[in-house]
Amino acid sequence: MTVALELREVAKTFTMHLQGGVLLPCVAGVSFSVQAGECIVLAGPSGAGKSTILKMVFGSYRCDRGRIVVHHGGQCIDVAGASPRQILTLRRGTIGYVSQFLRAIPRVPALDVVAEPLVANGAVREEARELAGHLLGRLDVAQRLWALPPATFSGGEQQRVNIARSFLPDLPILLLDEPTASLDAVSATSVIDLIAERKRRGTSIVAIVHDPDVRDRIADTVIDVTRFAVAA
Amino acid sequence: MADEEAPLLIAEGLSKWYGRQLGCRDVSFELYEGEVIAVVGESGSGKSTLLQLLCGELTPSAGKVLYRMRNGVTRDPALLGDAERRFLARTDWGLVHQDATLGLRMAVSAGANVGDRLMAVGWRHYGRIRDTAAGWLDRVEIDRARIDDSPRTYSGGMRQRLQIARNLVSQPRLVLMDEPTGGLDVSVQARLLDLIRGLVADLKLSVVIVTHDLAVARLLSHRIMVMKDGEVIESGLTDQVLEDPREPYSQLLVSSTLPP
Repeated sequence: MTVALELREVAKTFTMHLQGGVLLPCVAGVSFSVQAGECIVLAGPSGAGKSTILKMVFGSYRCDRGRIVVHHGGQCIDVAGASPRQILTLRRGTIGYVSQFLRAIPRVPALDVVAEPLVANGAVREEARELAGHLLGRLDVAQRLWALPPATFSGGEQQRVNIARSFLPDLPILLLDEPTASLDAVSATSVIDLIAERKRRGTSIVAIVHDPDVRDRIADTVIDVTRFAVAA
Repeated sequence: MADEEAPLLIAEGLSKWYGRQLGCRDVSFELYEGEVIAVVGESGSGKSTLLQLLCGELTPSAGKVLYRMRNGVTRDPALLGDAERRFLARTDWGLVHQDATLGLRMAVSAGANVGDRLMAVGWRHYGRIRDTAAGWLDRVEIDRARIDDSPRTYSGGMRQRLQIARNLVSQPRLVLMDEPTGGLDVSVQARLLDLIRGLVADLKLSVVIVTHDLAVARLLSHRIMVMKDGEVIESGLTDQVLEDPREPYSQLLVSSTLPP
């Protein structure tokens, strides 16, 4: 088995300076590893720190303690101690992140929103657009929407654009925060199929999924995040 | 690999005092090719002083700027000869002012504004200069039919786009921007931001952008430096500083902004 991602004794506390410096311990002692082709689902109630863990792995949140080691191409990089440039490099070639909501960019058509990460990695724009269209089609995003900026799309349509954008570059590690929450059953199934296909190709996935049916269909391992809770 | 490449621009301990008044203190950072850094902070935090130090409009009280020239040699622009420094500023660097009238020649036509830098690098063929200028007007979404008009007849958003064309026509590697969207209507801002975003990515520009608008920083930058009272108090990845700000002032700044 090949380890793709390893968390060791990761901890995070928020300091709320505007509320008199109150400390909000979030998680501590977070340790788990993800193999190539494995899907780990983080479970637990809202506020347990699931999204915080994903954001620390992606580098959007700082990690106070511990190590978050990403293995890729024979190299190990500890996200917790990496420079901004190293993290940006990881995001281009190694780690993808599907947030709960698409951060729409004004005036950019859906097709280009999806194609952009490929173009940034040096792909020819027309070829990237073609691949983007193919994936949007698989996710049942109507072709008449492709040329429009997603800001006015429905929640489910935006989420599928978001998923397509992160899945298109074929990154070895994907972090998914409620990827199917705003989707109908048909679209959710397309996403589950996509996840299964990626797993077969060796992609490692860490996901937050509340829907028990979806969870059962994608998870190899379920980790209850409440075990990383900090005693108050 | 990109990682082993030398930085394009290095600021080393830049400080500026205006008499006893502090402009900025001990600012250091490295900017790599294709990278966009946003400098955020409120009025008087030293953002604009920093930008003026970087472009050589101000002389630092301490510290220095280093720039990797096209021949690969990293030099302090302040130590170049006048002619060489002026050439660098007109070709390899761009400077976009908040007030477009400072960055444009208001008495000449739009086409002449764009053509200036081409003349500076020795273009003499009028037809080619005019064609290239017209191509740039297309690129910044200004109607070619307006090429002979003075920028005085242009709207605020058009002037700003013209200023960008004037700067980018010489294919600079480094562009410094001071509140480029300041004072524009929201819809005009969105169009300008989108244009800047596309050009920065297509031309792989390195950019230092000063802004007090966190939404602008979010949209355009890879990294953020937060300035307060002349010092950089926090820096990091853009999403990290905006989503998980560490310093009290950064938390105040982020929480004071309505989500875009």
